[in-house]
Amino acid sequence: MQRIGVFVCHCGTNIAATVDVKAVAEALGHEAGVVISQDYQYMCSESGQNLVKNAIKEHKLTGVVVCSCSPRMHENTFRKAAASAGLNPYLVEIANIREQCSWIHKDIASATEKAIILGRAAIAKVHLNTPLTSMESPVVKRALVIGGGIAGIQTALDIAEAGFEVDIVEKEPTIGGKMAQIDKTFPTLDCAACILTPKMVEASQNEKITIHSFSEVSDVKGFVGNFTVTIKKKARYVDETKCTGCGLCTEKCPMKKVPNEFNMGLDNRRAVYIPFAQAVPKVATIDPNYCMMLKNGKCGVCSKVCSAGAIDYKQTDRFVEQKYGAIVVATGFNPIKLDKYDEFAYSYCPDVVTSLELERLMNAAGPNGGTLLRPSDKTHPHTIVFVQCVGSRCDDGKGKQYCSKICCMYTAKHAMLIREKYPDTEVYVFYIDVRTPGKNFDEFYRRAVEQYNVHYIKGMVGKVSPKADGKIDVQASDLLAGEQLHINADMVVLAAAIEPDKTARPLATMLTTQMDTNDFFTEAHPKLRPVESATAGIFLSGACQGPKDIPETVAQASAAAAKAIGLLCKNSITCNPCVAHSDELMCNGCSACEKVCPYGAITYQDKEFRMPNRTTAVRRVASVNPAVCQGCGACTVACPSGAMDLNGFSNSQIMAEVDAICK
Amino acid sequence: MQTFTYYPGCTLRTKAKDLDLYARVSAEALGISLVEPENWQCCGGAYTTATNEVATKLSAVRTLMAAKDSEGLITVCSACHNVIKQTNYDISRNESMQNKVRQYLDLGEAYTGDTTVYHYLEMLRDVVGFENLKSKVVKPFKGKKIAAYYGCLLLRPSKALAMDNPENPSIMEDFIKAIGGTPVIYAQRNECCGGYITLEDKNQASKRSGAVMDSAENAGADMIITACPLCLYNLKKNSGSSLPVYYFTELLAEALGLKEDSNE
Repeated sequence: MQRIGVFVCHCGTNIAATVDVKAVAEALGHEAGVVISQDYQYMCSESGQNLVKNAIKEHKLTGVVVCSCSPRMHENTFRKAAASAGLNPYLVEIANIREQCSWIHKDIASATEKAIILGRAAIAKVHLNTPLTSMESPVVKRALVIGGGIAGIQTALDIAEAGFEVDIVEKEPTIGGKMAQIDKTFPTLDCAACILTPKMVEASQNEKITIHSFSEVSDVKGFVGNFTVTIKKKARYVDETKCTGCGLCTEKCPMKKVPNEFNMGLDNRRAVYIPFAQAVPKVATIDPNYCMMLKNGKCGVCSKVCSAGAIDYKQTDRFVEQKYGAIVVATGFNPIKLDKYDEFAYSYCPDVVTSLELERLMNAAGPNGGTLLRPSDKTHPHTIVFVQCVGSRCDDGKGKQYCSKICCMYTAKHAMLIREKYPDTEVYVFYIDVRTPGKNFDEFYRRAVEQYNVHYIKGMVGKVSPKADGKIDVQASDLLAGEQLHINADMVVLAAAIEPDKTARPLATMLTTQMDTNDFFTEAHPKLRPVESATAGIFLSGACQGPKDIPETVAQASAAAAKAIGLLCKNSITCNPCVAHSDELMCNGCSACEKVCPYGAITYQDKEFRMPNRTTAVRRVASVNPAVCQGCGACTVACPSGAMDLNGFSNSQIMAEVDAICK
Repeated sequence: MQTFTYYPGCTLRTKAKDLDLYARVSAEALGISLVEPENWQCCGGAYTTATNEVATKLSAVRTLMAAKDSEGLITVCSACHNVIKQTNYDISRNESMQNKVRQYLDLGEAYTGDTTVYHYLEMLRDVVGFENLKSKVVKPFKGKKIAAYYGCLLLRPSKALAMDNPENPSIMEDFIKAIGGTPVIYAQRNECCGGYITLEDKNQASKRSGAVMDSAENAGADMIITACPLCLYNLKKNSGSSLPVYYFTELLAEALGLKEDSNE
């Protein structure tokens, strides 16, 4: 005979204000098998837990039902309490009478009735609970970081510092990401390259770090502690081990008209190129879309001038497989394309640029050697208009609904740098709101306004019209003055919204992690688990999780590293015992479960079975690898013969709950 | 020969006869048969913005119904096109309005938005094809710098009209290329001409239309073309500019050899 204890929590007034908790405890006390039913103000508190523990010992309980908040919140708390009192933790059930009852109802009578029903369902289930024991699974002591921007670099350095092997996979020929393209950083105005490139070098020299540049993740299998990842090393037609990075090939290549993506297409590079002087690894890459040799077999200049013999036109994509215990996603962001914003004339006026293009125009290693010149005629601009929120905070379906967060600060930075370097240039900034929370951020913006006399105007730009004399007419509204303005500008700079990198979505599918509607990775909990994904062993670093500036990115990168290190430190991890298993006598080997399993946990075996009349037969039956199964339950629903069942959530347990609710 | 229903609209029979006449003769030369519905009436005029009022839809729905069995309904006046296409778009998404209109007009079954509405320019692009048109040109506008003036309502609201990018369109420029001219891109090509404000405040109308003409002239245009009678009126009468303004159909007919030289 079962001896079940019921514990009803008030959760302060969270539950007690809408649910008559005493009535619930009283009603559930009369259920079959219940030997004790109590209520308490905070069941999760130490004294509340002691109540449960003492009851287990005193009444020799065989099952516990806690009517409280969501099991996501405190199931673990009560399981631990039960375990310390000698009861198998999987004999504890939670009835969620807070999120699914008190918080969503107003009427006390009906909420109380519902709480009792939910309690009865949990009691019905706990009657059928069986003790479960967790298994251990070993942890591979190596981490993978996907993305080699500042987020990925910082995460990798921290993990390596803790003594673990870590691989960086970067899709571009060099690590460095967006930060490498930036000129100065706010709010201190220190040079981005000066603080980034030492970190890039550190990453390349660290013995624990392996950099796979010009590579992509092509497949991910396995689970926390034991991922198997296939990395595609794209053909760069240069032998990385031989190339010395001398750059002779990039000077001699006759194909000179290739848009230079590092300088945002503002100048050209060769078909064989090293993205920038401090690239890591400093190895040349041949662009097959432009290389004459690869396109039509004529040229071969780079091969002739390369004294190291590193050029290899026959190179093909290579695939390497590696095992990892933890994976950190650091795929970063990109500015949006502005093709839907033709009112700003971006597509046809070269003097209308994005903020990232302006970074390159002002950078000493940029197309103009650091002198700010108009792209159209290379003259010095005297009036520059900045337009904020281009594609951010949009609800017209053209852009993004969210605030891109970094634009207010970098626009203030640009405005200030221009006023500092070119005091004869007037700078206007059109904004909806100026948002500068952050350490020393608002002071920075005030300095732009008060010290550098940047004209901040609240209002949006309606139309940007290039004129025949080369000037640009910027028509805008000044909302505070209630006026229409026309500014005769030389350049217009658009603060384009930022969005996650395009590679993020296919990657999320491979990793079985979640994304939001904007393709940002979703954290396991927005406040309490901000650097973990909901999938165990997958961590999030930097702007792939949401718009972030550099300080925040680095902070999150180190946090993600700490979480990964915490996992890698363990020799083994406890597996969830709530996994599927197959009843071989009922299984007919139809493969339905295998097809729906997202983790590849199901395989088939031919087994011999005893049949009537002392005969035997060989049948194909499913078997579940408990170390791989994550207990999602997809197979139990798909199985047509009812052979698949989930420990802790068996079909009979679920049906007992349903019966109790429908009674 | 493809047969379309052709809805000219009131202005094309009074002030804008050229827009109408050359649209019809050119279509015939291009192998398109345009059939006017019997007893057509006003398109619905400026009432279209009153979204919830059934009375504002009736006129446009009558026209749309008349074209139900042809290959589509072709309009050429910017305003008619705007009203009829918007009504068609709105009503196809609003079942209760379909029912209201059905009851009001005493229709056997509700009109659900099945008619395809083309602006004459869309017909040139999508039915005739600009390449095909180019091959039929006998008097190309060689060396002529022609500025296309879209005005505010030929392309907007872009979701309903679905004709071209409202901020950086190309359909009229492609038309100009097809008849052998050189299109001139200028900033004010999709801005307002002043519209009906000419009735209230000539000064405002002259400011707006003047800005359009100046912008085109500064960009080096020899002439400006439009599809809208009201735009043509404002640009000609209120702008104070002497830059010649034509309906695009006039140039089309001339290029096809169906009209005397309009380049006076």
